Amino acid sequence: MKPILVFVELTAGAPRRASLEALGAARATGAETIAIFAGEGSNSAACSGAQKAIALSGDASSSDALASALAEAVKSNDCGGFMAAASSAGRDLAPRVAAHLDAVLFSDCIGITAVGDQLNARRPWLAGKVIADLASNASVFCATTRLNVFTSSEEAGPDTCDAAAISAEPKARVVSVEAKASAQLDVQEAPVVISGGRGMGEPEQFSLLEGLAAAFGNATVGASRAVVDAGWRPHAEQVGQTGKTVSPQLYFAVGISGAIQHLAGMRTSGVIVAINKDAEAPIFKVADYGIVGDALEILPVLTEAIQKIKAEA
Amino acid sequence: MNIVACVKRVPNTEAVVKVADGGTSLDESGLSYMISFYDELAIEEAVRTKEAHGGEVTVLTLGPSEGTKEIRECLAKGGDRAELLADSNWLSRDCRASAKALAAKLSDLGADVAFMGRVATDRDNAAVGPMVATYLGWACVTDVVSLEIAEDKGTARRETETGIETIEFSLPAVITCNKGLNEPRYSNLKGIMAAKKKPFEESPAELVDNQASVIALTPPSPRAEGRILGTGPDAVPVLIDALRNEAKVI
Repeated sequence: MKPILVFVELTAGAPRRASLEALGAARATGAETIAIFAGEGSNSAACSGAQKAIALSGDASSSDALASALAEAVKSNDCGGFMAAASSAGRDLAPRVAAHLDAVLFSDCIGITAVGDQLNARRPWLAGKVIADLASNASVFCATTRLNVFTSSEEAGPDTCDAAAISAEPKARVVSVEAKASAQLDVQEAPVVISGGRGMGEPEQFSLLEGLAAAFGNATVGASRAVVDAGWRPHAEQVGQTGKTVSPQLYFAVGISGAIQHLAGMRTSGVIVAINKDAEAPIFKVADYGIVGDALEILPVLTEAIQKIKAEA
Repeated sequence: MNIVACVKRVPNTEAVVKVADGGTSLDESGLSYMISFYDELAIEEAVRTKEAHGGEVTVLTLGPSEGTKEIRECLAKGGDRAELLADSNWLSRDCRASAKALAAKLSDLGADVAFMGRVATDRDNAAVGPMVATYLGWACVTDVVSLEIAEDKGTARRETETGIETIEFSLPAVITCNKGLNEPRYSNLKGIMAAKKKPFEESPAELVDNQASVIALTPPSPRAEGRILGTGPDAVPVLIDALRNEAKVI
């Protein structure tokens, strides 16, 4: 099998976890795995799972120019695959790279398997109402990997890296970045997601969910479509078919009845806990554990219990 | 300004979807359809761009002829004319084939800007917008939550996991629209009546062969039967015990 080039996103010079998962997915196919990142002097050894690394020099503020450089690297290294995490950056870049290579793209894959010399993709359609297994006859297999699904590799990356340059004339470029006010994790990235719906009563009560998230430490708050449409919470937090599809290890649905479009967005979570006043709510059909009752009474007790566990740990 | 809104007809997000016998296609009986949620934002932004800069809005779609009703609805909301590139195989057509067909049409139309949804809520690829732009050599900004267009350039704000990026781009460009960009208007009776008289062209889509093929479609594996642990705050210790000792997630 030909090598797979994996685009690695860096935060303060270190690979993002989502990118390490993409490297792990590539390595698990048995193909030689090459990490590529924008940032000279970054630590290639941190790119676990990669057997080779390429550092791109030049201005990385333009997705179109960066995508050109990535496609060039696919060609110059005679790669049979290109992968990236299905993150904001990966979802923006990968289609451009695929088009440069005139190849189809499989976005947000939950499985990538080698069958002989070919790679097959498994990915959700209709936000997970259907799971599709797909084959490609493109000369380069292009895919993005869903966050929190693939396991990163234990093997350290290479000590040295090759150099290449971003040189295409940009058509669009980032001129400024405003970081989120809080350091809150994105719902697609967080290992624990605590989502609230109409059952929270009013927007101010979401502070209870934020409190529970803070107790966990590695958690973030999500929201149902109903409360986003009502303006209680930002769209970035919306879980469901018209929001984000999430697969955390632990998902709390609090005061969410479980409309089909919400269920589509969270049903691949590891463990699902539902808290709802209505014992007949559809959410209990997908939940591993349920508590019937008023979220506003239950959450403070639950938060205290989690705080206690974390303090002991 | 020559403005195009690319829209797609998709199964209703509230629809229950079943895999057809044979396991490689969907059972479309009883399925209802809608314009993909984010494409409603694309229509609205196209109309607002016309209101600000003048010009014409073409509603462009690739899909089955049966989608005429949904496309007329887009004209009722302010599109001036529609082009339907007919292809009944919405399920098997891959993103590359869609992107190439749309890119060719956008080039023919001489568009200055093409608006699309950030993702279509059927195949969930979020690929066609940036692929179209790349095939055309145009600028592209994805997941846009605010936009200003000047003569031959624009500034867009793009939502990411970690914050908001401000991006400057040149025209022509593809803009993929995210929730927050605008509040789509409803059509009114006047708009609906006017839409009936607006130009609507249908032609067969010229598609390259697909590179992707479906091996199998399966329903998601059912989740193991869960259980109700109790009622009210008294159930919290039971939940903690289950999460710690049974599920081992805390």
